[in-house]
Amino acid sequence: MHLEVSHLETLEAEAIHVIREVVGELERPALLFSGGKDSAVLLHLAIKALQPQKLPFPVLHIDTGQNFDEVIEFRDQTVERLGVRLVIGKVQDSIDRKTVPDEGEFAPRNRHQSVTLLEAIEENNFDALFGGARRDEEKARAKERFFSHRDSFGQWDPRRQRPELWHLFNSRKSLGEHFRVFPLSNWTELDIWKYIEQEEIALPSIYFAHEREVVERNSMLVAVTKYTPAKEGEEVKKALVRYRTVGDTTCTAAVSSSANSISEIIAETATSRISERGATRVDDKFSEAAMEDRKKEGYF
Amino acid sequence: MELLRLATAGSVDDGKSTLIGRLLYDSKSIFEDQLEAIERTSESRGDQYVNLALLTDGLRAEREQGITIDVAYRYFATPRRTFIIADTPGHIQHTRNMVTGASTADLVLIIVDARHGVVEQTRRHALLASLLRIPHLVLCVNKMDLVDFEEKVFNEIKSDFRDYAARLEIPDLTIIPISALNGDNVVDRSKEMTWYEGSPLLRHLEEVHIASDRNLIDVRFPVQLVIRPISDDSHRDYRGYGGQVAGGVIEVGDEVIVLPSGFKTKVTGIDGPGGPIEHAIPPQSVVIRLEDDLDISRGDMICRPHNRPHSGQDLSAMLCWLAEDGLQVGKKYALKHTTRQARAMVTALQYRLDVNTSHRDREAETLSLNEIGRVDLRCTVPLFYDEYRRNRTTGSFILVDEATNITVAAGMALSPPNL
Repeated sequence: MHLEVSHLETLEAEAIHVIREVVGELERPALLFSGGKDSAVLLHLAIKALQPQKLPFPVLHIDTGQNFDEVIEFRDQTVERLGVRLVIGKVQDSIDRKTVPDEGEFAPRNRHQSVTLLEAIEENNFDALFGGARRDEEKARAKERFFSHRDSFGQWDPRRQRPELWHLFNSRKSLGEHFRVFPLSNWTELDIWKYIEQEEIALPSIYFAHEREVVERNSMLVAVTKYTPAKEGEEVKKALVRYRTVGDTTCTAAVSSSANSISEIIAETATSRISERGATRVDDKFSEAAMEDRKKEGYF
Repeated sequence: MELLRLATAGSVDDGKSTLIGRLLYDSKSIFEDQLEAIERTSESRGDQYVNLALLTDGLRAEREQGITIDVAYRYFATPRRTFIIADTPGHIQHTRNMVTGASTADLVLIIVDARHGVVEQTRRHALLASLLRIPHLVLCVNKMDLVDFEEKVFNEIKSDFRDYAARLEIPDLTIIPISALNGDNVVDRSKEMTWYEGSPLLRHLEEVHIASDRNLIDVRFPVQLVIRPISDDSHRDYRGYGGQVAGGVIEVGDEVIVLPSGFKTKVTGIDGPGGPIEHAIPPQSVVIRLEDDLDISRGDMICRPHNRPHSGQDLSAMLCWLAEDGLQVGKKYALKHTTRQARAMVTALQYRLDVNTSHRDREAETLSLNEIGRVDLRCTVPLFYDEYRRNRTTGSFILVDEATNITVAAGMALSPPNL
């Protein structure tokens, strides 16, 4: 009899346990699905946690309107293939409602997603949102709970988070409050890729090496798109790149890479000397506490 | 590859942050951009060397208020194992943090300063590790460079600590002389302490035997969800019970009993995340199918007919109090145990344990934040539990304040009270 449980199996079992706790204790969950690799893994685990039952909750995408076409296409194909209900919260709708300032079609909208997200939560009465955030990503996230309590304004207060002991989660809350639940808390970037390989999870094409027009900005490779045109004096060049993380076009940079398969990506990730967010997140560089501030406002 | 969860205890002054930074750095788990950031900060602070302690620096909210909020989690891997570090602040007021961080740990790392030896805080951390039944304890005697790497200093501390630990329940104890600042005996063997014949810290963490820490004897399966695809034609007859195995080896064909109903039935199938499997062990999350169509719901417990957990509305437990508002004997709290919810009332506080001296104060009337005591509880429904020392999953519970919804206490069940 085989009695060994590998570290990936342990993480998988932990994530499934967390997902089932939410379904067992909360009324109206939804799963935040950006089309990125972490949310693809999360959705895969949610389906496994409840199979052969159909996913009893929708996936929610907060759409800035400035996404990569490949990611939107992937999102739509995925929900179609899995028979999952998709709810979309559009930042443009928040702009039309005047809850987000209209800074023009080309201004970055990444930061405004928090407002749209909180509006979507209120409109749909969601009481728990699964997110794919991992503790290894960033130091504000290193202190995050599996069940992260948000007050009725959607705010995260690091001082008021509940202690989490063993795997006993406290899902009690008052009316109007909700939880962000992070089943992948203990996974690292490498774990995610190994699991994608093991489970053959589909991903948007931009995770794999492709040719793209880019400019070099603050030593990052930024794709030249409608929303991120080349600035004056910047040299546009064609380069072989891929994405290590997928946010929208305004906040995500590419990395130079020829990795074409999951196994090549794993080899590259295992030897990478730059952190995932450090390499690819244009927005995190603003200040050391950028993520901490955004989390307090209700960001993912 | 196996996963090892470890918790660290000790204060900044003991060099705990430097040690964690050193483990991450020497195992090449630090990225260049993270290293550059701390190099810049070290330089601007005028440090003589790259301050590895900054790698575990916390949130701005903490820096501004000069506090550490609570447990931070770090991750690293070697070719032999992957590790999760629960980094808990070690100040006096933070028993709560250590209990939280250590609740899931396989191993606890306690750090002492070689110049000061075993101090009150060290004894407290060891007592908590013992209460929480963490199977492995490693005492790192740090800053050996500041005592000229003297074997005699190390031996004195070692014998001091062993004397204290002998009075606790610490199944496996290892004591290692290190210098986190210089990296002696952290990843590589120290050239300064050739008298030390044991493994360096990382080697020990890679090799310590943890597979036997699981309880593979008592079958315990708390039912988390009933899985029943009603609308789907192809699975219309499917009915399964989802949960995470909390103990024992469950095999297809096993005769089992469901609590509280007491119905006996047989396991006809086990579905793992990857498809049907023949047996399930902790901590696997699976779905169990049974021969008979029984009325089973979330919070029920599946076990073997001749090996049942304790069952009852009255229990004795050690409580660690986690909230600003102290324990009120007679007040009703919400209780969560495995997947079962109940309401509970503390009927008596037997004693409060002084975590520094192990003294039992039988006159105590309350437990305040960070205090630990033995209590009797009465619940609205029976719980199916084991003694915490026998099973950390089926022996643990939390209490929640029904008005504020804050988690107020961590509980560890003892043998049932004599009523």
